[in-house]
Amino acid sequence: MSAPPPPTRSASNRASLWPGLAALAAATAYLILLLAVEKQTIVLTVLAGGIVVVLLAAWLRLLTPVTRSFAAHEDGLGGFAILAAIVLGLYFHEDHFVLLLVITVMLTTVATLGLNIQFGYAGVLNFAGASFFGIGAYTSAVLNAHTAVPHLIVLVIGGAIAALIGSLLLLPVLRTRGHYAAVVTIAFALLLKTFLEVNDVLGGPQGLQVPGMKILGWSFNDNIELGGITLSFYMNYFVVALALLICAFILVRRLERSWIGLNLDAIRLDEVAASCFGLDIARWKVTAFISGNFLIGIAGALFGMVGSFVAPNNYTFADSLILVSILLLGGIGNPWGLVVATLIVVVVPEKLQTIQEYRFLLYAALVIAVLRFRPEGLLPRPVRRYFSRVPR
Amino acid sequence: MTALLEAAALTRRFGGVVALDRLDLAVASNEIVGLIGPNGSGKTTFFNVVTGIYAPDDGRVSFGGTDITRATSRAIYTAGISRTFQRSRLSLPLSIFDNIMIGNHNRLTQGLWFNLMRRRAFRAEFERSVTEVRALLDVFEPELSSRMFEPVAGLPMIDRRRIEICRALISAPKLLLLDEPSAGMTHDETRELMDDIFLVRERNRDLSIVIVEHEMGVIERITDRCVVLNFGRKIAEGPYRAVAADRQVQEAYLGVAQ
Repeated sequence: MSAPPPPTRSASNRASLWPGLAALAAATAYLILLLAVEKQTIVLTVLAGGIVVVLLAAWLRLLTPVTRSFAAHEDGLGGFAILAAIVLGLYFHEDHFVLLLVITVMLTTVATLGLNIQFGYAGVLNFAGASFFGIGAYTSAVLNAHTAVPHLIVLVIGGAIAALIGSLLLLPVLRTRGHYAAVVTIAFALLLKTFLEVNDVLGGPQGLQVPGMKILGWSFNDNIELGGITLSFYMNYFVVALALLICAFILVRRLERSWIGLNLDAIRLDEVAASCFGLDIARWKVTAFISGNFLIGIAGALFGMVGSFVAPNNYTFADSLILVSILLLGGIGNPWGLVVATLIVVVVPEKLQTIQEYRFLLYAALVIAVLRFRPEGLLPRPVRRYFSRVPR
Repeated sequence: MTALLEAAALTRRFGGVVALDRLDLAVASNEIVGLIGPNGSGKTTFFNVVTGIYAPDDGRVSFGGTDITRATSRAIYTAGISRTFQRSRLSLPLSIFDNIMIGNHNRLTQGLWFNLMRRRAFRAEFERSVTEVRALLDVFEPELSSRMFEPVAGLPMIDRRRIEICRALISAPKLLLLDEPSAGMTHDETRELMDDIFLVRERNRDLSIVIVEHEMGVIERITDRCVVLNFGRKIAEGPYRAVAADRQVQEAYLGVAQ
């Protein structure tokens, strides 16, 4: 028909690393500033300043090179993002409150990565994210208090139990089309809270204490003394949470960039067409649900140990809705977007104590605004590339 | 002649409407059969019953000697029947490559461990697939193979049809069901697409095709034999010229002469 077209992309117009690196450095510095300031008026000024700068950068089209840089150098910039997290942790090495907040962000991100597999890829809505997170936390409460199971294995068991309960719940309805699964998860979220409240073995409404993590005799709940410098005991958990986040992130990335990711997209977008090409709809939905719940459960199990306390009120339907709103806000299917959205949703109300009471109002307004003006989220999901460098 | 696909007394009702009424239809190996008839005569329903989207109320379908009457869509695809849809059913946000690979599902390694942990082996399989998809796309439109990793959303109708046909062909099926490939395209585009389909068949002599089409030029050009449906019943069968001259067929399309 026509002559072979000239190559459209060559190595020479591969985007530069620098815009992405600059943006990452600026974001880290900004985050440190935001976490360091205390006075409400200054917090408010910093937040307003951040919003103005981002809008201005978007208006001046400075964000395009950043996006392209991230697309071209994702692995490298991912490495720098880990470095940024370590710098952030070291900067606040004595500050219990900030470290706890950062750990909360990281573990919430792991949980939303799990939801992302379920909803973002397979299209199975899970309105019981916080409940499965809570199941993980209760698992570590019971196992740490009553058994000698090594605590890293407790994390895995927490994930496994969340996955098991999730699959028992959903196996019967996953074969149906439509949103029955979503309705079942809503019912489960409401049911689990009531169940925990009336169950005396699990502490009833008062909840349970969770003994802190211990690995090979190293107690995580003691401050660390390093040659005259005292590190907050939360640094222990910070390291484990960061490691968990990195593993979850890489796994989700690989999942998306594999035939399984393609299968999940195919069944989300058109079940009938997918089944005409031999895809086993139920199998892939179950796979997505189990692996998502596994991540949520592990994050919850670690969070239980971090907080050293679990109670039914921490894992309500409202918390599940927050997890879903993070997904909508960040950009369904884009793990980077989830990190940004979790930061916004978790950090802002904590720093801005004056809006604590109105935070649900704020989330609702934010989600509506995003769905109205940027329906694919703050960082929309790019087209799948199976490897960082795709042969052309 | 040995029949590759054989439907016997196939019946499907939707409430009071009989969409397929004791239909007997056979397709031989290497044959191109045109399935024609007025709107609502049961052509697409026939495809949907054969591919397992609807279960028939009565009758049997066999493929290559095996009974597939109540098999799942998945099993039927695995047996070697693949199809395109009347209203293009591509996944618009996915790339051209992704859409075609959906059709290749059965030939890809689907294990969790392989996909997540054995990335080197996965890469080899991926690169093999890229070569395969490129070769297939080059038959239809070389332009598309250079844009393999761009989303389908921005492409014109003819390219979407080509991709749909590639998705159906990538798994090397024995029988291809084409549901109105010319819908939404101009005459010239239709002719181009038919040339492409001929080319594919030149390369793969074993492929049988059943094509539903309203464009009679297409039917005349490419089919060996036609089956005419009306109200779910077969009213004529034979070479295009013969069925076009058939009085019953003319009445079905144009109404009864006064």
